[in-house]
Amino acid sequence: MALKATTLHAAHVAAGARMIDFGGWSMPVQYRPILEEVATVRQRVGLFDLGHMGRIELRGPDREAFLDRLATNHVAKIPIGAIRYGLLCRENGDPIDDILVYRAQDHLFVVVNASNTAVDVEWLHQHRAQGPFRGVEIIDRTDELGMIALQGPRSQAVLEKLTEGVDLGAIKYYRFSFGRVCGIDGVRISRTGYTGEDGFELYLPNPQAPRVWDALVESGAPEGLTPIGLGARDTLRLEAGMPLYGHEIGPGLNPIEAGLSFGVNLTPEKKNTLGYAALSAFAAKPTRRLVGLASDGPRVPRQGYTVHAADREIGFVCSGSVSPTVGKHIASAYVAIGFDRPGTELEFDLRGKRQSCVVQELPFYSRTRG
Amino acid sequence: MRPDDRKYTRSHEWIKADGDTVLIGITDFAVNELCSGNEGDLVYCDLPEAGRLVEAGETFGEIESVKAVADLNAPVSGTVVEANPAIEDHLEILSRDPWNEGWMIRLAPKTKSLDGELMSAAQYEAWLAESH
Repeated sequence: MALKATTLHAAHVAAGARMIDFGGWSMPVQYRPILEEVATVRQRVGLFDLGHMGRIELRGPDREAFLDRLATNHVAKIPIGAIRYGLLCRENGDPIDDILVYRAQDHLFVVVNASNTAVDVEWLHQHRAQGPFRGVEIIDRTDELGMIALQGPRSQAVLEKLTEGVDLGAIKYYRFSFGRVCGIDGVRISRTGYTGEDGFELYLPNPQAPRVWDALVESGAPEGLTPIGLGARDTLRLEAGMPLYGHEIGPGLNPIEAGLSFGVNLTPEKKNTLGYAALSAFAAKPTRRLVGLASDGPRVPRQGYTVHAADREIGFVCSGSVSPTVGKHIASAYVAIGFDRPGTELEFDLRGKRQSCVVQELPFYSRTRG
Repeated sequence: MRPDDRKYTRSHEWIKADGDTVLIGITDFAVNELCSGNEGDLVYCDLPEAGRLVEAGETFGEIESVKAVADLNAPVSGTVVEANPAIEDHLEILSRDPWNEGWMIRLAPKTKSLDGELMSAAQYEAWLAESH
């Protein structure tokens, strides 16, 4: 099957990016060495094409109640202009996807993973057809909207040069607004990201995305801005302790044990949400916990490597990376309760060879903690 | 054109006769797949001890980059005579000179023949162009 391409594909190829298949899309994995791209985002500012992410709009009078039936966060309680993290789960608590929900005056805007977009849209349609929510409109905006992220301490300085009619400083973390960017009206601007840095995500019509990308590359150059690929993005999100569907969460990997309880509302008001009973049971009796593991050894931990305490297998790695920010090799891993205390010394099994590592709380990196 | 004084495998190793022994390494294509031209992205290489017996097609070691781990496969059967002692601490050799300085192991082959599934430089390049 042919890969899908974002409207910025030509710009990536022209910039010399190495392209890969990611969730059915041809996307840039890196433009430069991955570790240098990570440093650019931590120290200056990086530009990301996220046009592959799924974007779904919900309209109609019952949209909040409808999404509250499917999403683990409390949608009706999100303040207008705010964004909250949540998950779509099956009745057994298995996540179908993790999502960001933007609540506007007259609609909800849901951002989902590229590889799950089709499944998510189908899930929404299926449940609308079953329940009392037939008046809710489900509009898949993925193919008509571009999505560009600016991430890093100099993000606001770069974006300010190109925006009008919106005070970026007034958009607080996990809030959004609409404004004019490069002369384009009504661009959705949110203070969000997947790197652990300050930054913005922009949603704008696809035909205008290349012009805005080029303008950001040009006006950001004096601030040290460069485009950043998915390779660095994965390291940045792991350093920041953020989950990735298919790694930390997915079938058999519930959000409670993943440490995502902030996105799972288990108060009685939410008892009709799909997965409520199963997730409540996980919360009452967790058997394992997602922790960070840091290693000074030569090998890089990878998804699927087992974790051992002496001769006992007590867990497994979800994601691993070289971490230029921490200066060690890092991993997220599920470990059995009792082996999850920070400082606990464990071992990875790296394809038959052991390497020592130490448990630490996620995240590995927090810009506010320093 | 890649060196035509040796044979190539589909898993991107090369093998070259050197007296009674053979030298085995990996191609520039393999190195580039792992590190995209950034030698700093290579993080680890595990090579066997002298004396180990390897069968053709068997994994004799591993090479790892920031992004991935790849198996190193023996193109022929034989006994490991020595592993290149410089590689482990100087992985940049592999991007600088995968053909000479970057040899990985020296093998005493079980048979003198280097035939079978092995490709000439021209065949390897034609296969690369077709499949990658």
